[in-house]
Amino acid sequence: MNLAVKDIRHNLGRFILTSVGIGMLLMVVMGMSGIYRGIIEDATLLIDNIGGDIWIVQHNTRGPFAELSRVPQNLSYRALAIPGVVTARNFVHHTIQRRNKGQRLRMTVVGLDWPVDNGKWLPLTSGRVLHQNHYEMIADKSLGLHLGEKIQLGKNKYTVVGMTSSMISSGGDGIAFFTVQDALQIKLDTPGEAVRLERVSRSIRVAESELGLKQPNLIEFSSQESSQVPALASPQVSAVILKLAPGANLEKAINIITGWEDVSVYTSEAERQFLLKGSVEKARQQIGLFRILLTIISAIIMALILYTLTLDKLHSIALLKLIGASNWVILKLILQQALILGFTGYCIAYALGQKIFPNFPRRVIISTDDLLQLAFIVLAISIISSFLGIWKALQVNPNEALN
Amino acid sequence: MDTQFAIQAGGLKKVYGSGNTEVIAMKHASMDVAQGQVVALLGPSGSGKSTFLTAVGLINPPTSGQIKINGRLVLDGEKALVDLKKFRRKYLGFVFQKSNLIPFLSALENVQIALEINGHSSNDAQKNALTLLNELGMEDRADNLPSMLSGGQQQRVAIARALANKPAVILADEPTAALDSHLGRKVMELFRDLAHTHGTGVIVVTHDQRSLDVFDKIYEMEDGVINLRDY
Repeated sequence: MNLAVKDIRHNLGRFILTSVGIGMLLMVVMGMSGIYRGIIEDATLLIDNIGGDIWIVQHNTRGPFAELSRVPQNLSYRALAIPGVVTARNFVHHTIQRRNKGQRLRMTVVGLDWPVDNGKWLPLTSGRVLHQNHYEMIADKSLGLHLGEKIQLGKNKYTVVGMTSSMISSGGDGIAFFTVQDALQIKLDTPGEAVRLERVSRSIRVAESELGLKQPNLIEFSSQESSQVPALASPQVSAVILKLAPGANLEKAINIITGWEDVSVYTSEAERQFLLKGSVEKARQQIGLFRILLTIISAIIMALILYTLTLDKLHSIALLKLIGASNWVILKLILQQALILGFTGYCIAYALGQKIFPNFPRRVIISTDDLLQLAFIVLAISIISSFLGIWKALQVNPNEALN
Repeated sequence: MDTQFAIQAGGLKKVYGSGNTEVIAMKHASMDVAQGQVVALLGPSGSGKSTFLTAVGLINPPTSGQIKINGRLVLDGEKALVDLKKFRRKYLGFVFQKSNLIPFLSALENVQIALEINGHSSNDAQKNALTLLNELGMEDRADNLPSMLSGGQQQRVAIARALANKPAVILADEPTAALDSHLGRKVMELFRDLAHTHGTGVIVVTHDQRSLDVFDKIYEMEDGVINLRDY
């Protein structure tokens, strides 16, 4: 006869409520590891999917995922000359916060080097890739935009032509993909008045220089659009991504680029590690510590619950001892209840998590490894927390049944 | 012969504390109960009845004196000569003032658990428990929880549990205190019949003077001393 089950059946309402309480606590512990997994997955999704072997970034920086990085757009032509390089794509990455339909719209802008890269590597959930060099975008569903929607960014309107899911930056913002040109346009958007003032200022600078005095026609020339002035560099991109041909020598390509003194070069894995060791590492530590605290709190609460449940049964325990029950019978009763409580709480945590976590603003990824780890923790908590109840039960004198 | 006695308690003394705080709960208590005999132990509150019962119940050993059960010396003063828990499980049954059933077990399970604790298989224990409940007229209430039974019915289940392992001795501490006189008498008669049928020695601590004719012997306890009452 299983006394633990009999007792639970007799106090089913209380047991269910207790299990729900424990379950919700365990759900939070489960959620913590899920949030951490989500941060890692979100942060690395872009690097893992973009399909680059080598990242060329600003000299002495660690690339756009760690800090600000700027390299010239024409760097990609230089990189294409390296043996084994199949494609060299400009990459733009920055975060903006604007307003759309009266609502705050915060997004990470990623520039794709169209037409070499039209976004075909993106896991589109609907719509299509970029078909033209301007005014199209692919948006993650977390941005709250929908297919066909037009949004104003700076002076231009962009149409959402494709949708993705779970494309989130390490900062938790949804990613929107544009062409490199549009991404730069969005980043460097300058009001008309500022452009006019800059042109006037530029003309004055030329006029006051010796060059302007010797060649007065340069003054008029310098007031043209920036792109028409050869002396002005075109806007810079965040990085250049290289894809090597199958079997090409990665190390050799890296050695060549390392010889260029104006840039730094990393493999995709190195870039991935910069991301993880940078912004994600602190989040990992924070969540880890919080998880440990929650686990300890769960253990304490479970111990108190089991202790209280044992106190309620002291008379029955004394009676069992009086009719000759061994300590093992008593120990089994409490331990089994602890394990049943832990198991039920774990199942409730899982079931609730499946319903609740998808509604979180950031992804919560529950991996099998994490589930197994938590199951082991719950097993340990259940056993450890039953010790207090067992200790109390073993103290009971059979004499107490006579009172 | 020793073997004819279910229990023999000789010269039991129980002292709590020492020096100025010394309290003598039992001075000189002796009692012999033969197999199949039902005896009553009367006495006012504080006379030492419960101390005597817990001593012969192997729960609270006496300071001095000897206890033999089924002819075997089990306690010599405070010194246990057997594993008391095992011995209690095998040779003793208890019935209390309140029915003292385990609230989360049905009537059948309350009897069954006593058998399972004593090593019976679950099926065997269930079969035997049902037989005992039948014997006590409780078969139709076998699946009821204690809270669904009347006081008398609960006490019958408690008696069935006490009998479950065919003990040498049943110790009953005011088993009819919570019952009306009619039910109380029926329970006492039940003890007598079961003792005679099963050959079990029964010691009943009681205040109830109305059912004394049921008992084979009556003992009285006063100031820690037991005396046999003469009819």
